[in-house]
Amino acid sequence: MTLETVLFWIFGGLAVVAAIATITRKNPVISALFLILNFGGLAGLYLLLNAQFIAVVQIIVYAGAIMVLFLFVIMLLRPDDEKSFFAENKQIKWTGIAIGTFLFAQLAYVIFVGVPKQSIVRDAQRSVEIGTIESIGRALFTQFLVPFEAIAFVLLAATIGALVLAKKKFD
Amino acid sequence: MIENYIPVFVVLGFAILFALATVFSSEIFGPKRPTKEKLSTYESGVKPIGSANERVSIKYYLVAMLFIIFDLEVIFVYPWAVTFTKLFSEFGMVIFTSMMVFLVVFEIGYLYAYKKGAFKWD
Repeated sequence: MTLETVLFWIFGGLAVVAAIATITRKNPVISALFLILNFGGLAGLYLLLNAQFIAVVQIIVYAGAIMVLFLFVIMLLRPDDEKSFFAENKQIKWTGIAIGTFLFAQLAYVIFVGVPKQSIVRDAQRSVEIGTIESIGRALFTQFLVPFEAIAFVLLAATIGALVLAKKKFD
Repeated sequence: MIENYIPVFVVLGFAILFALATVFSSEIFGPKRPTKEKLSTYESGVKPIGSANERVSIKYYLVAMLFIIFDLEVIFVYPWAVTFTKLFSEFGMVIFTSMMVFLVVFEIGYLYAYKKGAFKWD
């Protein structure tokens, strides 16, 4: 086995085990901590796919900032209220299973049918140069300059939205 | 390519090993003589009241949300900073102004948060 294969099994196994632990824990805070471990495993997989920048962003943004928000949101809710909600609404489990199956079918379609094999192979051969921060910066500030500026407005809307929702009662 | 990251994996491995070793060595070697008093919930000497799972204030959510947004801003500055000299010699001022426009739009959100009192903790 090559180094890549060994690391793939380590990170892939870590991601799968952490994902299973995330959905089976009773305590939502422990679930969130296992989700961080899952994001770590995914970051390793991104690195193996030569997507260095995505791997770093996965750690900084997802495992860092977004999981802090998740934990705060979990602490904003009262776990006992959640338990009674799920006890009263039993059919919500089937909705969850239906959405999960739909998303799985969608992913399976995209991976096995939707994308032509040649384009995967072609992109894989160029992946080392595509994944570097230099090539991402070059694409972002030349070819995709307008979408880049649009991101600023999307995030401005997110800032104002969060403030309007959370600060309403304090004024 | 992945060979370049071996030092990172070595550091990662040592970090995990160190964490596991410290936790489990104290588990193995530490003396354990539990009494009822020792196992009771410790709350700075005061008798504990209520549940530990109380709801926290919405202020924490605001802080986390603003942190994510400005974290994302920094993520976009990284590739700009790395490619700046090269792209500046090729395309000139447009590379500089595009980032300044991006940052100014963010600062509008920052000013709004400041005026709305999102950074006040009371």
